[in-house]
Amino acid sequence: MSSGTFAAYRPILIAIAALAALPLAVPLLVGAGLFAGPNTFYNLMIFILIITLAAQGWNIAGGYGGQFSFGHAAFFGTGAYAQAVLQTRYGVNAWVALPLAMALGGLVGALIGLLAFRARLRGSYFALVTLAFAEVFRILANATPITGGAAGTLVPLRIGFGQMQFDAPAAFFYLALAFVAVVLILNRLLERSRFGAWLVAVRENEDAARALGVDTLTVKLKAITLSAAVTAVAGALYTQKFLYVDANIAYGAWISVEALLAPIVGGIGTVFGPLIGAVALIGLGEAAKTVIHAAFGSAVPGVDLVVYGLLLVVVIAFAPRGLIGLLRTRGGR
Amino acid sequence: MFRSYPPQIVLEAVLNGLLTGAVYALVAFGLTLVYGVLHIINFAHGAMLTLAMFAVLVAHIGFGIDPYLAILPLTPLFFAFGYGLQRFVISPASRNDDGAILLVTLGLSIVLENLLLAIFRSDTRTLTLDYSFSVVDTGFALLSLPRVIGFGVALIVAAALWAILALTDTGKAIRAVAKEKLGASLVGIDVNHIYAVTFGLGAATLAVAACLLMPSFYVNPRVGNAFVLVAFTVVVLGGMGSIAGALVGGLVIGVVESLSGLYLGESLGQIGIFLIFILVLLFRPTGLFGAKA
Amino acid sequence: MTAWNETTRRSLLKSGAAGAAILSAPGLVRAQAAPVKLGILQPVTGALAQDGEYGRLGAQLAIDDINKSGGIKSLGGAMIEMVFGDARSSPEAGSQEVEKMHAEGVSAIVGGFASPICLAASQAASRYDIAYAVDVGVSDQIVSRGLKNTFRFGPGFGAVTRAAIDNLVKLNDAAGKPARTVVLVHEDGLFGSGLAKLMNDRLSALGFQILETIPHPTPARDMSNVALRIRALNPDIVIPSSYYSEFVLLARTMQQQRIRPKGIYAVLNGAASNFRFVREFPDAANNVMDCNHWADPRKPKTAELRRQVEATGRFWLYNVPLNYSSVRLVADAIERSGSRDRIKIIEAMATSTFADHIMPYGPTKFENGQNTAAAPVNTQVQNGDIKVIFPDTFADAKAVFPVTG
Repeated sequence: MSSGTFAAYRPILIAIAALAALPLAVPLLVGAGLFAGPNTFYNLMIFILIITLAAQGWNIAGGYGGQFSFGHAAFFGTGAYAQAVLQTRYGVNAWVALPLAMALGGLVGALIGLLAFRARLRGSYFALVTLAFAEVFRILANATPITGGAAGTLVPLRIGFGQMQFDAPAAFFYLALAFVAVVLILNRLLERSRFGAWLVAVRENEDAARALGVDTLTVKLKAITLSAAVTAVAGALYTQKFLYVDANIAYGAWISVEALLAPIVGGIGTVFGPLIGAVALIGLGEAAKTVIHAAFGSAVPGVDLVVYGLLLVVVIAFAPRGLIGLLRTRGGR
Repeated sequence: MFRSYPPQIVLEAVLNGLLTGAVYALVAFGLTLVYGVLHIINFAHGAMLTLAMFAVLVAHIGFGIDPYLAILPLTPLFFAFGYGLQRFVISPASRNDDGAILLVTLGLSIVLENLLLAIFRSDTRTLTLDYSFSVVDTGFALLSLPRVIGFGVALIVAAALWAILALTDTGKAIRAVAKEKLGASLVGIDVNHIYAVTFGLGAATLAVAACLLMPSFYVNPRVGNAFVLVAFTVVVLGGMGSIAGALVGGLVIGVVESLSGLYLGESLGQIGIFLIFILVLLFRPTGLFGAKA
Repeated sequence: MTAWNETTRRSLLKSGAAGAAILSAPGLVRAQAAPVKLGILQPVTGALAQDGEYGRLGAQLAIDDINKSGGIKSLGGAMIEMVFGDARSSPEAGSQEVEKMHAEGVSAIVGGFASPICLAASQAASRYDIAYAVDVGVSDQIVSRGLKNTFRFGPGFGAVTRAAIDNLVKLNDAAGKPARTVVLVHEDGLFGSGLAKLMNDRLSALGFQILETIPHPTPARDMSNVALRIRALNPDIVIPSSYYSEFVLLARTMQQQRIRPKGIYAVLNGAASNFRFVREFPDAANNVMDCNHWADPRKPKTAELRRQVEATGRFWLYNVPLNYSSVRLVADAIERSGSRDRIKIIEAMATSTFADHIMPYGPTKFENGQNTAAAPVNTQVQNGDIKVIFPDTFADAKAVFPVTG
């Protein structure tokens, strides 16, 4: 590894090390009153990391490739259901199910991509067709017996490393962090590869890229497949964390929104954007809930979400290129 | 699962589909107009519809105004609301950047929905009016009077919107901005003003939709969401930006939904809408009435 | 506060025989024993906000009642302090609230409402051995997966469906078997679909003919076609199982289309036992039957609580008495355990024979976390009121069936 290469990965390694060391700071965070207890921290962080992973997946096709999807639920849900159904119906081990869930998610991504890109759908049209696919999946998952239909699928609670169910919350935190770390590095690899350059070229000007000899269809297909596979892992982890999926959880619009919201807020088409966005958004939501609850009680529902929505608008107003853009401008000065 | 129905039932299902489709069209007008001009997908559309429906509720319960009469004050009120929202909130906060607009409208929808929840609480409410249960007897089918009125007004609104766009100076400016933003600003059109006017028109049509819906529907802080997804499909089917397209698209989606509900069950029948949607996107992405992209 | 009070309190605390004095002077008690924290988890924002709001109301009323009558006496009259958590209508938010409640030191948790939230929250609570009392969550998976901390006071949907079928047969037999054909209309979620499946399996064996099973999504924008099919099939009985809004649309359309079956026999229906529906649509609601959770009309507390709820401008929904009773059940377990220790509370819950609730269940008896005494009742809307028609032991009205005219 040359020094230039190392320099490119240094911030990522530092960030991963910092996240990995975060549990050491938990007593301080709890002491400062930021978290009610250590497990409150872990539980929130695990959810943030799962959303980060879903958002990192979205960012590959949406951020680098400019293919805005409103339907990443299709991939998240496939991963979530695969992880649950493979274990409960086919007796597959959780650790074996996870790569299969990832592959199935990728396959769904490739199929939707093939249909959409062959039809030359771009921009809002691509966004809406992905949304429609996610809805079709949701309706089917709610009606077919293999997914448990409307009753959903419950993974039996059997704590043990072999079942990917951990007694210590820190263990799941590190598992989720490992996946996020791999994708952070993967994203940087992508940025520095020829494929990554083509992908950005497609985003900036697809016609020009094609004129220069880039096989744009293949580039986009690879991107959406990879994107879907990463988001499917997020779904599989969700299943392992909560041990229950139904159609609205797995294929619901909520996750499509989370997956695209985090990168846009954090910094679209950047390595750290999804992570920063997920931390900011979910952190903000929790903070609003805690502060409003402490200040006004919980007698009137929804006030914390009103504050959250307003803050969201304000953040966008003051951070044109996402939060990462804000950090960079400040750092540059 | 598939069963054959006598022709009368099928015909009635088609009529029901047309009546429901007219409401879809009404909700879709604003969406397609805003999309056609600003090229944004307004995520706050559903929440704005909910707001309008609560406004109808308040007008009736608080001031005794009949929902149909409420069209008169609420339409200009919502035009002003939409104008102000775009001009003073969405546009400055997003700097007209696509990703940012998405987030701002999403943020606004969260604010509106939960503000309504905080004020009105979560109960589902309905209006009971003298004519709520009135029917039009066509001889072979009983059609709900409020829904028939809704159908008629939807046609009028479509015609009015078409007239505004085709005949007035503002309408011409809107179309100019939709086609070529830069060119329009060069000939002296205030693009930001036109954006806000378009958004205002979208909000105004939602107010009309709310007034027509309330006599036969219900309202709670999340009610608008039920219509958003289907309104998207209507917009795509009709061609983004096309009023006539939204009208025809709404009616088509209404009938498709009705028939697929009849044959597949209401639940699985929802798939009919999305399959049509996907097929249209894959094979004719400009929609039925859309211009070539 | 006077200095006298302060000194008395201190000396009382020191005195080993304080118990007797405290019992006779509840006013002093409040400042003495540290409160017992009770987690109340409800979805008060998002799709389930309506149910969450009424669930919280029921829990609040129970806590107020317990505190007014002297708190937990075995803990020196400790007051119950509500630690409220908004589950935001999602399992992940629900489990995050459980983590917070654990950190705040709750002794037990009540609520959840929806089955997916109850599944995630009870699982999160099991990690800390916090007793979790499910208020509604009808999925039978909640109590069948072996969590020692999880208890459900109300009936699961298997029990509700069995009761619904049994009572339907009784109702029909008593009227001289006027009904034979049935159309099922159900929401396509967990309870509606599960119910339809059980009904399909069992009703045919009992001599009924199911003409059609019509699932519908939630939210549904239009129920005209469902009404249309009902009219075409002309069944003797319509069995709807839907949330509030959809049933309102259906009942309204059926009235408009002049569809009048011999009976509308709802099961776990969001509207048929809801006074808002009865008030806003008196004609459409009249004579609709429902097999659902419902408070015991014989108990004086029921009427009192209902007056209290209605005085605040709210409606009387089953969520209120169920949560009221579930909180009292947990308080009783804490009282009997005489401890804040979570394991002891779980043990006390498991052996509960709690009977001072307002549900029509009799003494509580848990088997694998399910209260085997729990049962739904059948109600019928009669002239602007909701009356109990089954079981006979405490019915306050006779069933109107078949409905004529």
